[in-house]
Amino acid sequence: MATLGVFDTANLNGGQKLAIKYFSVALALFGAQVLFGMFAAFQYIAPDFLYEVLDFSVNRTVHVNALVVWLLYGFLGGVYWILEDEAGVPVVGLGLANLIFWILTLAVVIVVLVYILVQVGPADIKSIWLIMEGREYIEAPRWADIGIVVSVLVFFFNVAATFSKGKYTGIGGVLVLDLLALFGLYLAGMFYTPNVSVDQFWWWWVIHMWVEATWEVIVGCIMAYMLIQTLGVRRKIVETWLYIEVAMLFGSGILGLGHHYFWIGTPQYWLAIGGFFSALEPVPLVAMVVHAVFDSGVHKLKSNNHPALAWTIAQAAGNLFGAGVWGFMHTLPQINLYTHGTQWTTSHGHLAFYGAYATAVIAFFYLAAQKSRGNVWMSGGLVGDWKWKWALAFQWIGMLAMVMALLIAGYEQSQVERAMEGATWMGYFAGQSHPWFIQGMNWRMVGGWFFSLGYVLLVWDILTIGKRETRPSQVLAPAAH
Amino acid sequence: MSQSQPVWWASESLWRKVAIWVTGGSLVALIFLTFDTMAYIKAGGINVPAYSIINKRVGYEFNEEHNRYEPVIGPDEPLFGKMLSEEEAKELVSKGKLNVQAKNCMGCHTLMGNGSYYAPDLTKSWLDPAWGSKEIREDQMVAFIMDPSDKLHNGLGRKMPRLGITEEEARATVAFLKWMSAINTMGFPHNFKAIDQSDPEPSASATVVETVDVMDTGGAADNAPAQQ
Repeated sequence: MATLGVFDTANLNGGQKLAIKYFSVALALFGAQVLFGMFAAFQYIAPDFLYEVLDFSVNRTVHVNALVVWLLYGFLGGVYWILEDEAGVPVVGLGLANLIFWILTLAVVIVVLVYILVQVGPADIKSIWLIMEGREYIEAPRWADIGIVVSVLVFFFNVAATFSKGKYTGIGGVLVLDLLALFGLYLAGMFYTPNVSVDQFWWWWVIHMWVEATWEVIVGCIMAYMLIQTLGVRRKIVETWLYIEVAMLFGSGILGLGHHYFWIGTPQYWLAIGGFFSALEPVPLVAMVVHAVFDSGVHKLKSNNHPALAWTIAQAAGNLFGAGVWGFMHTLPQINLYTHGTQWTTSHGHLAFYGAYATAVIAFFYLAAQKSRGNVWMSGGLVGDWKWKWALAFQWIGMLAMVMALLIAGYEQSQVERAMEGATWMGYFAGQSHPWFIQGMNWRMVGGWFFSLGYVLLVWDILTIGKRETRPSQVLAPAAH
Repeated sequence: MSQSQPVWWASESLWRKVAIWVTGGSLVALIFLTFDTMAYIKAGGINVPAYSIINKRVGYEFNEEHNRYEPVIGPDEPLFGKMLSEEEAKELVSKGKLNVQAKNCMGCHTLMGNGSYYAPDLTKSWLDPAWGSKEIREDQMVAFIMDPSDKLHNGLGRKMPRLGITEEEARATVAFLKWMSAINTMGFPHNFKAIDQSDPEPSASATVVETVDVMDTGGAADNAPAQQ
């Protein structure tokens, strides 16, 4: 074991060394997401900013794509992190996994550079293959899609083969089946059709089934491991909860897909099916909160990694409010008719992606920071613990400010543009020029600055936490329940 | 709590089985619904018109019976004055769709409410009164798409950028937008005030075809844009 407090990959197993690489790229892309989000937010206030240099469409595309990719990198890292511990054997095919990491990262860099430098192409299928698909969240050109599929097949092989060689835990079993679904679903987005209804129908298979089903289950798996690690919760408790969560997540989430099929040319029965099942989607999120809070209480918040536990609790709460409450608020078709495609959606999107997913990956960053420094002390009285606390505080203050500002703008937009003016061109600008909307955009910008500061603190903290500690990690006593 | 075996309803094996059955059941239901939905959303299906609909007048009116706005298909009104076969129309609409994707229109606009919120929704943009009148609409749209930077349709200082769109691409994009406006989107957007498309002659008619509400019939049919 290397010196306490000093970063050394000798402290890590093979899968965890690879995870550190994924986490590093994830943290950098998180920064890109924040930066380009700030550009786009500022363009609402000063539309001439970077006009015809980096237009809103470019900034927004980089903003959301960086989000998707850094979260995926976080999940990949999270899975590689837990793999050897769970399966009890070294990762099978680790050399190939490392090679794929570099290829995938090179592909991501090329895709982003093309977004920024080339931006658009002629109305030709070649543009779809080489430049941009123009479909929100999965704008990456087709060549990159193929690269992603190959990469994830290797990833799936690593995970399945490692569990098969070692032992399948409950977490492992759920994870392997979920990854199979996750990557199978990506194929549903890889085709061109002139029919915009058919296009959006399958596009939602990818987006919804990732974000509101399979991603939730991945997070359920890695956060189950997190609770075992940071609190010492018994595996049987965690895994029983995981099955309950999977039943409820897929039971509500699969047909909850219907809430995207209200207004795209799909039949009317989706209004009833989508409304009903998506109204159930918050239920598993409540269960996850109960689970995390109950376990934390049973263990009297006695944790060997305070920042990771704090972000774990933030994840449970953020998931419930962002995905659950904010989603439910506008998921019924009677309301969604007016709110669909307004800043209301933006408000929900920000809190949901951040609350449900960003927080989970950040919790893993702290787990990685601890172990890579020789399993250093990260409980109460940690030297320099103000940084992680303020990073968390600034990010959440900034996020909540953005979310509330966008929600107010969304209410106004739904009322003025949609209900009163009927979403015409003039109605749109009537809504956008209302003082309440403009104030919303200004306050969102303020929230963005707070969040950016929280991001900088987070990076600084991840790079330095535990450096000046000399105590080894707190040993957790087995739980009494 | 003790370390002993939990009661049956809290056991791991029960919930594992529940998870598998619930997931499997939901998937089977989704696959069944997906097949059914395809009949509605294929071009020329129940809710999505054939591409040659661009040869017709497309309107959007409130349907009292269904209590929502629906597309209304009127008499021949060929786009750019040229009647197209189904194949030609598909080719043109497809080129427009490719342009919409290659220029990342969804980076600022929404299509059927999906995309970004920096610029207006395009679902019914073909019918927008901001184009002035139906006589000048096609030319206005083409001119705007080719060079939007100095047009009055921008607002609040937000200007659509010049994306290097050729005239051929712009006309195809207009075809795509016209076709999209004829999709029955279940009343979205609500309360949309469409451009006046009435003819000077009173004889021209626009009809809503009798439709059947799926909720009353158990899923047999839905609301189709009428074609006459």
